[in-house]
Amino acid sequence: MTTPAIELKGISKAFGPVQANKDISIRVMPGTIHGIIGENGAGKSTLMSILYGFYKADAGEIWINGKKTEIPDSQHAIAAGIGMVFQHFKLVENFTVLENVVLGAEDGAMLRPSLAKARTQLKQLAEEYELNVDPDAVIEEIGVGMQQRVEILKALYRQADILILDEPTGVLTPAEADQLFRILGRLREEGKTIILITHKLREIMEITDTVSVMRRGEMTATVKTAETSPPELAELMVGRKVLLQVDKVPAKPGEMVLEVKNLSVTDSGGVQRVKNVSFNIRAGEILGIAGVAGNGQSELLEVLGGYEFGTGEVKINGEPIDLTGRHSNGQTRRERGIAHVPEDRQREGLIMDYMAWENIAFGYHHDPKYQKNRLFMDNAAIRADTADKMERFDVRPPNPMLQAKSFSGGNQQKIVVAREIERNPDLLLVGQPTRGVDIGAIEFIHKQIVALRDQGKAILLVSVELDEIMSLADRIAVMFDGKIMGERLPEKTNVKELGLLMAGVAGEAA
Amino acid sequence: MDLLTLLQVLDSTVRMATPLLLACLAGLFSERAGIFDIGLEGKMLVAAFLAAAIASVTGSAWLGLLAGIGASIVLAIVHGLASITFRGNQLISGVAINFFAAGITVVVAQSWFGQGGRTPQLGDGARFQSITLPFAESLSGVPLLGPIFKELISGHSILVYMAMLIVPLTWWVLYQTRFGLHLRAVGENPAAVDTAGISVVRLRYSAVLICGALCGIAGAQLATAEPAAGFIKDMTAGRGYIALAALIFAKWRPWYALMACLLFGFLQALELRPDLITNVIGIKVQGQLLSALPYIMTVVILAGFVGKAIPPRAGGEPYVKER
Amino acid sequence: MEKMPKWADIFLIPVVSLILAAIFSAIVILAIGEDPWAAVKLMVKGALGSTYAWGYTLYYATNFIFTGLAVAVAFHARMFNIGGEGQAMLGGLGVALVCLYIPWPHWSLALIGASVGAALFGAAWAAIPAFLQAKRGSHIVITTIMFNFIANALLVYLLVNVLKPVGMMEPATSKFPKLIQLPSFRDMFSTADTIMFRGAPANITFFVAVAACVVVWLLIWRTRLGYELRAFGHSESAAKYAGINPTKIIMVSMLISGALAGMMAINNVMGEAERLVLNAVEGAGFIGIAVALMGRSHPFGVFLAALLFGFLYQGGAELALWTSIPREMIVVIQALVILFTGALDNMVRMPLEKLFFSLRRKPAAKPAAAE
Repeated sequence: MTTPAIELKGISKAFGPVQANKDISIRVMPGTIHGIIGENGAGKSTLMSILYGFYKADAGEIWINGKKTEIPDSQHAIAAGIGMVFQHFKLVENFTVLENVVLGAEDGAMLRPSLAKARTQLKQLAEEYELNVDPDAVIEEIGVGMQQRVEILKALYRQADILILDEPTGVLTPAEADQLFRILGRLREEGKTIILITHKLREIMEITDTVSVMRRGEMTATVKTAETSPPELAELMVGRKVLLQVDKVPAKPGEMVLEVKNLSVTDSGGVQRVKNVSFNIRAGEILGIAGVAGNGQSELLEVLGGYEFGTGEVKINGEPIDLTGRHSNGQTRRERGIAHVPEDRQREGLIMDYMAWENIAFGYHHDPKYQKNRLFMDNAAIRADTADKMERFDVRPPNPMLQAKSFSGGNQQKIVVAREIERNPDLLLVGQPTRGVDIGAIEFIHKQIVALRDQGKAILLVSVELDEIMSLADRIAVMFDGKIMGERLPEKTNVKELGLLMAGVAGEAA
Repeated sequence: MDLLTLLQVLDSTVRMATPLLLACLAGLFSERAGIFDIGLEGKMLVAAFLAAAIASVTGSAWLGLLAGIGASIVLAIVHGLASITFRGNQLISGVAINFFAAGITVVVAQSWFGQGGRTPQLGDGARFQSITLPFAESLSGVPLLGPIFKELISGHSILVYMAMLIVPLTWWVLYQTRFGLHLRAVGENPAAVDTAGISVVRLRYSAVLICGALCGIAGAQLATAEPAAGFIKDMTAGRGYIALAALIFAKWRPWYALMACLLFGFLQALELRPDLITNVIGIKVQGQLLSALPYIMTVVILAGFVGKAIPPRAGGEPYVKER
Repeated sequence: MEKMPKWADIFLIPVVSLILAAIFSAIVILAIGEDPWAAVKLMVKGALGSTYAWGYTLYYATNFIFTGLAVAVAFHARMFNIGGEGQAMLGGLGVALVCLYIPWPHWSLALIGASVGAALFGAAWAAIPAFLQAKRGSHIVITTIMFNFIANALLVYLLVNVLKPVGMMEPATSKFPKLIQLPSFRDMFSTADTIMFRGAPANITFFVAVAACVVVWLLIWRTRLGYELRAFGHSESAAKYAGINPTKIIMVSMLISGALAGMMAINNVMGEAERLVLNAVEGAGFIGIAVALMGRSHPFGVFLAALLFGFLYQGGAELALWTSIPREMIVVIQALVILFTGALDNMVRMPLEKLFFSLRRKPAAKPAAAE
């Protein structure tokens, strides 16, 4: 029997009272791609951080190529041949590709000789693995796909035999993801060992040889990919049968609620992020905007939400809204019946240090029913309202006095959703509603969105998760480079076609 | 205004720019590594005091310089502890260090010398004297270049020449060495440095120590280089903050820092010669306005009327490993 | 997840920090050859030992309540206002102009007028740094420090060249009319037989300061403006999402802050000196920073911390009188307090958190809530 490239025996790690990893044991064979799947909070990243020397395990052993290895810091991990490609790239934005690859692996104290040597070596690696990059390009000027290739090259430059990739496809179009998988396949042929951490069942099925499932800090199963299926994996992830599709009746669209014509947004750096976008949403329908992050969806939400400026024409229920910011802001949007569940609940939707009840009033703190008189707010009334909402939306723990940061991701999101949906808006803007949210809460939130639609409201749903869009949207628009590449009906399209649009390959006119 | 007067003003400019330049470069190292240091003022002040005190007691300016550097480094370590190890608020730490320096220098000066918070006048041996460069006298007859060499370039204390040399040295360290690459990286993205197996903590402490050393030299120059003759209470008078403004003005680059500090040095030199302004512009400028000029200029620069500046991306934020 | 009970965070950390500051101060005192314990006893006697002593302590405390509230209010909006010193100087100018050039019939009206003048001038001095921060991103710490220096130059210029009565040597204004003299504690609390607070400068402004504490508390935690201020202070991005205007918050918080700092001038310029002199503020603006940090930016905490620093200040003055410990020792103590409560608070917090965790009974393995 061949020696495993990596073997973890009984790894445990606790952060205070939270047991992030409990007695984890895995065996990964050399020259294979091993997937690790689990919900947010299952402990995948913690485990990989231990393998990379970021954390020290409380208990357990790490064996690399049949030898027990201590990994107290990243240097030891690198020396053991482990390279990690993080979900959020660890690149210095204003350095060149070459400088980033060389950082920490220089040959001597003087820079110039190190860079010269690295340049030749980089060229060799690039050719060998078909990872083409321009060594003198500055990171902040190259695309995300190429940045990821730089990260992989960093690991290979340090002679990594074991590559760990953490959620690598989050920022890629389907086509770029395919290209990544081709590269991984090539690396596998060369005998490298690859660990792929992801929450996307489809990727596991597509590329991995074996897969381990983690749930709540424990390893619940390790199986051969060929011998399992997505529903089976999902059930192992959650512990019960999971609804992978949302039940919904066909939409019954009514009056026009949102009319967007030639909307453009230019950011503070002078770059146009949204380019002459036009679309409509009727009452009782969900328009899903698909696309890889960074193609103008965020700016679209921000301008509709009132805290970014734009040009063009936008009408709510037939009445125009001011896009210049001179007569409007987030407040006035809310008064016009627009509610907004933002993409980033921690940076925008909530004040993490505020208690739950203070967050329920957030954005609506001018509401007369929250005021005692002209001078003072009515804190007791807000708290009562919070308790109410927490019960209806099953927020756990249902404690209005708890700070937002003390709730799990899913419950934080439920607070935001509760706040926005209960405003009974005419238009609900939703961005990445289930990012970092556990499956139970995902189901709940999806049901809430559909319920709102069935009440005759209009919903704009922005998501990078194609499955979510396909499942919830009544119509799909794809954004690329600030433009809408095309509109499709979910039942008449597929991932491949949407993927092409997401990559900027023009289809039929919208 | 004749050539001689102009040269005298420029001569003062260089002399007054020196502590600013050293403090500015000190801040440069610190901020490039991501540690915001508002405590340049305090470090300079304790250095000025201890340099003057030790110089007075031992009669050696060089021992004073060493002592001054030592004092500044001690405060730098405190700032490092607060910013790096304990991940505290870097602004508050800097402010506290400045107050501490203002208080402790007077307390100790009073205790040691009993002269109301100052050090005794330094004799010629105990301070850094003006150095006449070789050939300064003999070449002074050469038209234009002679007087420039004699009045402007020659005749500064050795610390001034040191400071001028530290500018290219700084450039070289930052852009030509591995250490410099690491330093610049840690101020932009400490996570990138950490995952590459380099110690963020060690890098940042190095930067903080270099900052301390440079502030030490700045303080020593202020108090023990001719024509200065000792420490006076609060003698830094806001130079640490002006150095910060110069740093922003210089967009965190060494050669621009030199130019920015010369500009501020010029303003401070003008303060000593109000009559010149009257002669050149023809209006009498109030003493108070002149004294406020460097501070007003700082505000103007910070208001961005002289171009927008982008600081190191990770500046001022403690580095916490992502969970 | 609560790492520590709230009371520990609010109360214990400042107390431990204070103890650390005291220990280091004692070391300094020892190093210059004095006896720390004797120093403490002298301070207690000199600051709390008689109504005269209390009169001084409360007088200083009044100053620090105003400057402390100023820093605290700005701090809630994440604005670090170091310009209290300069704003208080300008407040003094406002008070002087109001008292000298408007013929008030009664001190109570003059008090209201002076408060308005002080607040207006203090706010005006904070307005430019605030505007530059809001619109140009200029760092408010550096600009407010610069404005302290500029204020000093401005006041010197005005006192020497403009406001000084002809023929007087000292750069100061003339004395305010006796009619509008504020009642001192001595006037308010003495009876025919017992004279209290004799010779001490504590005056009615103390109660104005207390009222200010209450008003600030109501503002920050009970009004919409306070809600928006705190929200912005926690997260600017979230505030924008909620429709809160960053420029408005920065300006309003700094204007209120400047106004509060300016109002300190009622106490020293109108209540004590009864004219405007050079260096009237004497570092009270900076002590306000220490007070706000110790008091965790809460008006009640500011009140207590101001009392503490009033004690330190008066005690320090006594020490300077009777020992060789100079007044600057107070600056050292103030710096240590700021350092320990503001920058090294994790040094205190981390061991305390570990202590509380080990005292907890149930180490239940909760499912990993974060990743």
